[in-house]
Amino acid sequence: MSATAAAILVLAAGTYAFRLVGPALHGRVTLPDRVRELLTAGAVVLLVALLATGALTEGGGFAGWARPAGVLAGAALAWRRAPFAVVVLGAAGVTAVLRAVGVG
Amino acid sequence: MRSPHRTSPGPGTPSLAPLVRDSSLVWVASGVVGLSFGAISVAGGLPVWVPVVMSLLVYAGSAQFSAVGVLLAGGGPFAAAATGLLLNTRTAAFSLAVADLLGPGRAARFLGAHLVTDETVAFALAQPDPARRRAAFWVSGLGLFAVWNAGVAAGALAGTALGDTAAYGLDAAFPAVLVALVLPALREDTRLRRPAALGALLALAATPFVPAGLPVLLALAALPLYGLHGKGGAAR
Repeated sequence: MSATAAAILVLAAGTYAFRLVGPALHGRVTLPDRVRELLTAGAVVLLVALLATGALTEGGGFAGWARPAGVLAGAALAWRRAPFAVVVLGAAGVTAVLRAVGVG
Repeated sequence: MRSPHRTSPGPGTPSLAPLVRDSSLVWVASGVVGLSFGAISVAGGLPVWVPVVMSLLVYAGSAQFSAVGVLLAGGGPFAAAATGLLLNTRTAAFSLAVADLLGPGRAARFLGAHLVTDETVAFALAQPDPARRRAAFWVSGLGLFAVWNAGVAAGALAGTALGDTAAYGLDAAFPAVLVALVLPALREDTRLRRPAALGALLALAATPFVPAGLPVLLALAALPLYGLHGKGGAAR
């Protein structure tokens, strides 16, 4: 087996093990309401952190202005309760247009 | 998480059409990102099976990009696996949050676990009741898996024909999807706002200094703020 194949298998097995934590514990452990509430809140906190780092950073540095501008446009549309399609296409569109006119 | 007064078709029979319509946009965006993942991997010199098998077995976009990035930079297979694993540690927290949505059967839980991604968790948690959360998880998850893997395979076979995908602005689509999906929760449950804001700041501040994957996990340090202030929206 090549080293690359071994790396893929290690990464796949480890990732699946992480994903199995919830389903494996489910039904075996009864979680208190406060813990269940914290798990849902924790997922939202993680998603917000993901969107912030995803909007602003790339490879450990600043992602440039075009992407955060597009995400901001999408956020404004979402705040005004625009349909999901409008939010997503609006964000990608603003970023694509800014890049087309030379904004990084 | 949305209006409790909305008329619903009743538990057990959530309407699938709006879920398919909303997640199909994410499928399309993800399919194009998959195309570029396949193309980048093969253009960098990896054999076609590497991106294809990795996408089927690992199935985590950002971890795959960084693992292939490390491989192409000559960083060695174990550094590649370690980087990808660090990025995927968050899926453990996500799997705990959606564990009760996967279904009662053993097969559903083992299959559903593989579909736990940022997008499917965000889609599921944005739904107002358990039946719709479950439907949203499976609809977005199965569609995303099919389109992502088809995209990667097509990209790997097409090689570099696609050009620079940054021109389409798709890198802005994913954060915008997350905004649209978490906004209802942040509106409804004011107790979430402080930990979410502080967590995002912690993650951003840490990004230049720590390995990829850790900054997002550091956001969980803000979780103790949850429930200290504001009024509750009863997340479930």
